[in-house]
Amino acid sequence: MADLTRDDVAHLAGLARIDLSEAELDRMVGELGVILESVATVQQAPTDGVEPMSHPMPLVNVTRPDVVRPSLSPDAALAGAPDAEQQRFSVPRILDEE
Amino acid sequence: MSTTTGERTLGFDEALAAYDPAMGLEVHVELGTATKMFCGCPTEFGAEPNTQVCPVCLGLPGALPVVNAVAVESAIRIGLALNCSIASWCRFARKNYFYPDMPKNFQTSQYDEPIAFDGYLDVELEDGSVHRVEIERAHMEEDTGKSLHVGGSTGRIHGATHSLVDYNRAGIPLIEIVTKPILGTREKAPEVAKAYVSALRDLLKALEVSDVKMEQGSMRCDVNLSLAPSGSGALGTRTETKNVNSLRSVERAVRYEVGRHAAVLSGGGSITQETRHWHEDTGITTSGRVKSDAEDYRYFPEPDLVPVAPSVETVEALRATLPEPPAERRKRLQAEWGYSDLEMRDVLNAGLVDLIGETVAAGASPAAARKWWSGEVARRANTEGEDVPSYAARLGVTPAQVVELEGLVTGGRLNDSMARQAWEGVLDGEGTPTEVADARGLELVQDTGALEAAVDSVIAANPDVAEKIRGGKVQAVGALIGQVMKEMRGQADAATARQIILERLGQG
Ligand SMILES: [Zn+2]
Repeated sequence: MADLTRDDVAHLAGLARIDLSEAELDRMVGELGVILESVATVQQAPTDGVEPMSHPMPLVNVTRPDVVRPSLSPDAALAGAPDAEQQRFSVPRILDEE
Repeated sequence: MSTTTGERTLGFDEALAAYDPAMGLEVHVELGTATKMFCGCPTEFGAEPNTQVCPVCLGLPGALPVVNAVAVESAIRIGLALNCSIASWCRFARKNYFYPDMPKNFQTSQYDEPIAFDGYLDVELEDGSVHRVEIERAHMEEDTGKSLHVGGSTGRIHGATHSLVDYNRAGIPLIEIVTKPILGTREKAPEVAKAYVSALRDLLKALEVSDVKMEQGSMRCDVNLSLAPSGSGALGTRTETKNVNSLRSVERAVRYEVGRHAAVLSGGGSITQETRHWHEDTGITTSGRVKSDAEDYRYFPEPDLVPVAPSVETVEALRATLPEPPAERRKRLQAEWGYSDLEMRDVLNAGLVDLIGETVAAGASPAAARKWWSGEVARRANTEGEDVPSYAARLGVTPAQVVELEGLVTGGRLNDSMARQAWEGVLDGEGTPTEVADARGLELVQDTGALEAAVDSVIAANPDVAEKIRGGKVQAVGALIGQVMKEMRGQADAATARQIILERLGQG
């Protein structure tokens, strides 16, 4: 596996909306690098002929009928929101103004 | 950012002289299921904000999504109708992004394992030629919430201080249908794009999987377009114009982007691969200015959902439920009804096919069915801003009444102008055609004695005209027929009156 670069960490931090200082970026490159290295030992396991799996249970086609079930009340739905207005979730400005 | 002034564009013909367009169309269609894709919340359009949400579609911790069986069936039927192969095993994936329209911070979609793939749809153009549009894939996903932007000018996202989100729509089943690059269309590119979306809409309507209302957003189109030097066979850099939501706009957006790309390229510039916003009012696109790193969705298989693995039997059972393809049905009906191409096109544009079909099935002649549903009713429906079928349904005017009206004409009780009056009465809510005819005293005089008397008196009053007709100027008879009809107060058959006049004047 290619080494994790400082640019990779900055990119991931941006995607995850985590604001990292220059010092934190430097520290994270090292810490994440160690974690990736440890996990990488898994790649030594012999996996020839082993199907990749995405679910621990060998199930397919778990569906439900198209029948309406009660929704939450708007009050209950909005109860956990930091802010609400006009029965809607209020969120900070979406675009950064230039 | 101004939305009223576009960038420099080249004329369409000039652009095509130097470049070949390639298109790709992505259509999102909201399924008409009763509930959402992964939860039992209802999907009604226009409900009060956040009244159709639950822990699953709000992405609350610990919620477990379960796939809607009908949504999967609809997806398979759409795939089959588009001549696609159906995956025997496929999964959902998480498409990760941070945007408040998705409370989970990811959209559950299908990534590299679509339920349907490798199909085609043949679309017919105005000139009768057929263009085959190849389908790359049709996959299942879920719709997003709706944002209201506050504090800026007229609800725009730019300049807004904050946004208000309604998650009623979040989680409604969506099928995304993606074409392969559509090549070699040249000057027909805009028309092919429009015809494809139109044919797809007809197909989805016939499948009864969606109400496909572009104006309500239950069917939305993204237009990818690129240009390459004429004859090079290459593919240029593309732009993706989002949310082009009417048939006419699909055509206009293709035309606009062809002109814009050509102006950039011929000026020595290069096209930026980006999202463009379509502006319905001005007919132009503007840059969506999406940062390139925001396109990194880090897809991975959705661990909360198990794979979808339709059996061959399931797929074949669904194939058996497919309706006759709309294009074939149109051809068959046109032949059965004996309509000209123009008549059939008018009937299609007015949305009258089903209504005429029902009327013919109820016993009317195809000509009468077309005549009565496309005249006065169409005019009134148009004034009310409705289509004829829903207008007629609201008024309680039925195919059986058209049959009854035609019967009154063929049975000799009403002539054409009386039938029109009777039909107007029906539309005015005065009752059935027979009731209106009774109430308004509409009845052809069957007693030819009265008609003969009227003819004699008109001939006597117009000796000059009568002499001309005797002398062979048969076309002068029109003037006399008019007077006879007037004398009869319209209660006579004009053809019979003509016959009697000509007999009297030795021309019979
Ligand atoms: Zn829900």
